Amino acid sequence: MNVGQCFHCDAPLPATVDHVAVVDGQQRSFCGPDCQQVAELIAKRGLTGFYQFRDGPTESAASRDTRTGRWASYDRAALQREFVTTDADGSKNAQLLLQGVRCAACSWLIENALGSTAGVQAVRVDPVTTRTSLSWNPRKVQLSELLQQLARLGYTPFPYTEDATEQAATVERRVALKRLILAGLGMMQVMSFAVALYMGAWRDAEIEEFLRLISLVVATPVVFYSGAPFFVGAWHRLRARSLGMDVPVALAICGAWAASVWNTFTGGGEVYFDSATMFVFFLSAARFLEMAGRHRALSLTGALARHLPRVATRLVDGQLQEVGVIELRPGDRVLVQPGRAVPADGVLETTAAHVDESLLTGESRSIEKQCGETVVAGSIAQTEALQFTVTRVGADTVMAQIARLVGDAGSRKPKLVEVADRIAGYFVGAVLIAALIVGVIWWQLAPERAFEVVLAVLVVTCPCALALATPAAFTVASSALARAGFMVRRAGALQVLAQVTDVVFDKTGTLTSHAAGIESIQTTGELDEQACLSIAAALEAQSEHPLARAFPAPRQGLTAADVRAVPGAGLTGRVNGQVWRIGSLEFVTGPDVDAAAALGDEGEDARLVYLAGEAGVVAVFRIAEQLRDGSAAAVAALGGLGLRNRIASGDRAGPVKSLATRLGIERWRAGMKPDDKLAYVKALQDQNHIVAMLGDGINDSPVLAGADVSIAMGSGTSLAQHSADCVLMSTSLASLPAAISKARATMRVVRQNLAWAVGYNLVALPLAATGVLAPWMAALGMSASSLLVTANALRLGRRSQPTTTPGAGSESRHVDSTPREQAACCKKTAGVAAP
Amino acid sequence: MNIIFYLIPLGLVLLAVAVAAFFWAVRSGQFDDLETPAYRVLMDDDSKPPPDAD
Repeated sequence: MNVGQCFHCDAPLPATVDHVAVVDGQQRSFCGPDCQQVAELIAKRGLTGFYQFRDGPTESAASRDTRTGRWASYDRAALQREFVTTDADGSKNAQLLLQGVRCAACSWLIENALGSTAGVQAVRVDPVTTRTSLSWNPRKVQLSELLQQLARLGYTPFPYTEDATEQAATVERRVALKRLILAGLGMMQVMSFAVALYMGAWRDAEIEEFLRLISLVVATPVVFYSGAPFFVGAWHRLRARSLGMDVPVALAICGAWAASVWNTFTGGGEVYFDSATMFVFFLSAARFLEMAGRHRALSLTGALARHLPRVATRLVDGQLQEVGVIELRPGDRVLVQPGRAVPADGVLETTAAHVDESLLTGESRSIEKQCGETVVAGSIAQTEALQFTVTRVGADTVMAQIARLVGDAGSRKPKLVEVADRIAGYFVGAVLIAALIVGVIWWQLAPERAFEVVLAVLVVTCPCALALATPAAFTVASSALARAGFMVRRAGALQVLAQVTDVVFDKTGTLTSHAAGIESIQTTGELDEQACLSIAAALEAQSEHPLARAFPAPRQGLTAADVRAVPGAGLTGRVNGQVWRIGSLEFVTGPDVDAAAALGDEGEDARLVYLAGEAGVVAVFRIAEQLRDGSAAAVAALGGLGLRNRIASGDRAGPVKSLATRLGIERWRAGMKPDDKLAYVKALQDQNHIVAMLGDGINDSPVLAGADVSIAMGSGTSLAQHSADCVLMSTSLASLPAAISKARATMRVVRQNLAWAVGYNLVALPLAATGVLAPWMAALGMSASSLLVTANALRLGRRSQPTTTPGAGSESRHVDSTPREQAACCKKTAGVAAP
Repeated sequence: MNIIFYLIPLGLVLLAVAVAAFFWAVRSGQFDDLETPAYRVLMDDDSKPPPDAD
């Protein structure tokens, strides 16, 4: 643990550390009271092993909501109906998603902390999908208590209702696993009988016949249960009048099995049960690996469910009533507390309200709505409670409709996969024709060996190595990148990423983070910067305003009393016995504006917040967007990889230019509307540039769709993420250059694998056609070849090689980055490179 | 060598039992998460006092 970082969440510590606790016999420092409380709770329960085993920093606990009332409504039967099932013995089981679960250590912590609570029967947390299954005895403990406990550990729970795709994925995985294991066990048995047969251990015809019969009994379920997907796939292909990899596979398996059965009962020739089962097993294994990668990608992004609240406060005859969102009907009147999300679409009844629609627009700023205007589900009420009449619920809401559109767009098949399918089709056609020709020739020369040779040709030339080479490399690289915080949502995206020549960044939310920070403090009175900051922090700690988040956590012992918020203006409160005002200039100085008019310049990219005591203005805080962690290092590393960095921003020229200068980006455009950005990218593409676009909002969607490969920020809107090819899950940009290096490495491996597959087939086909290879040798050769390409692809799964880490070879370009950004970047790479 | 006429079918019965047991395990969801259990073994720590309920 570095000095100067919060022990729990790794956030930089404030200048004066007020939150310390003893964990594992050592004094640790924390960024705020929330992280401290979580760490103390963990220590108290004897679960500090969590800190030793976790992979990286834990999510800051500051956003958790531990109030008892927050979870009370989850005990309502109507709300539980959605995600809770009741077993025969009266125990209940809830499906949840947890925000903040990062690694297996988190799930260990939750399972141990919750598992020891009275009344809890079982807890299972999947660290990859964050899905949690919780069973408890409702007579001993209430769900709300368990949810509150999760929140106190720093993980916010969300009810989870499985959608059809994910349900299908679970079923698919289970069936595939059963098929795979049956094939594996069957293969081992048949193989042992086959060895006995080949060795001729028993010259006894009776025993030989017995072994063949036994092999038949074992091989038949393997061929028809484990091999069923190949037959089904082949049948679908043939019905669609095309050829896929499944066709020769099905033909070879079926042919080998049928001929073996014939020979078993007639007592002549050879049996090929071993070849058939081995073939089925290795192909199933490869397909299983590919499927596992696909499912992981699905579950990481498919959680739109988190963003909508499940509980709402309904007003009935002037009484407040906590109800489940599914119980809401159009016409209901609903109250939303500040900081909570609006549960349904509706018409505002409050005179005026500030809402944050960043889920839809990607721009995190408060929008003022007047009475009678529409509020949209998923937007966050900001400074004051708002009340509205519900007009649309559930699947009719604007957000649900957009999500559906995005979902449809995401299900289209990538172009590259189609091309690969077509090539495989031609290849298979060629193999079938070759097998036919070989068969006819052998029929003329030696009819008794014709079948055996045709089988060897079919098996040995099976395009498995060819068909496995690409998906295996993509799958492995994708999951390695996912671990490093870079999610590849479309298989073909890696190929494009490897060829990218230009990277276009959006500014707000991409190069800078949405959260504002204090850029500078200017003092005018006798108080120094630290003193002013403490007073301001104490006041702002009690405010829900977005700008308040820029201030650090208050020092212990310094609290503000009588704090009163004046919406749209500022706060007043008493600190150390003196009355302070913080907010806009007009608010703090009253009508006498001239007095402090000379203080600072609002500028284009910053907001000014004034602090005034009884004697007048004492300090001005300049609050501006902050550079995202590691963006300078990432931009430099991208330059080191030979890429051209560009900024296309909707912001004004001033801030964009200053940012571009800071980052050392020469090519920038400002004041661009979404259409302009798209035109800019199209113009670049016309010059044969291959463009990667980074953006975060739904307003970036057109340009994200127009770019060759699009990357959405994980902290942006979920809708932008759903439409992008890749999602950057970490808050740092550092994984982007790593991803491009990995993409290039992937394409190298794909080329190696394809070269091997072609070379192998060129050598093996003549050997099989001339009858040198027996079918079992062909099956062994084919399997070895498949395993070789798979193993080569698995190399990509190793944590980033030193030669391809971001920043390599570009140290000299770090001039513009601050030490902290460099540290963040280096820490990231170090974490990834550690064995 | 007639013993193999009994032993091999016996082996097959055991194989069938193993497959049935495995299918049951898959159906009851024991193979849905293959990542956490590996860590769970490492991280169990009995030396600490039992957590008190709160």
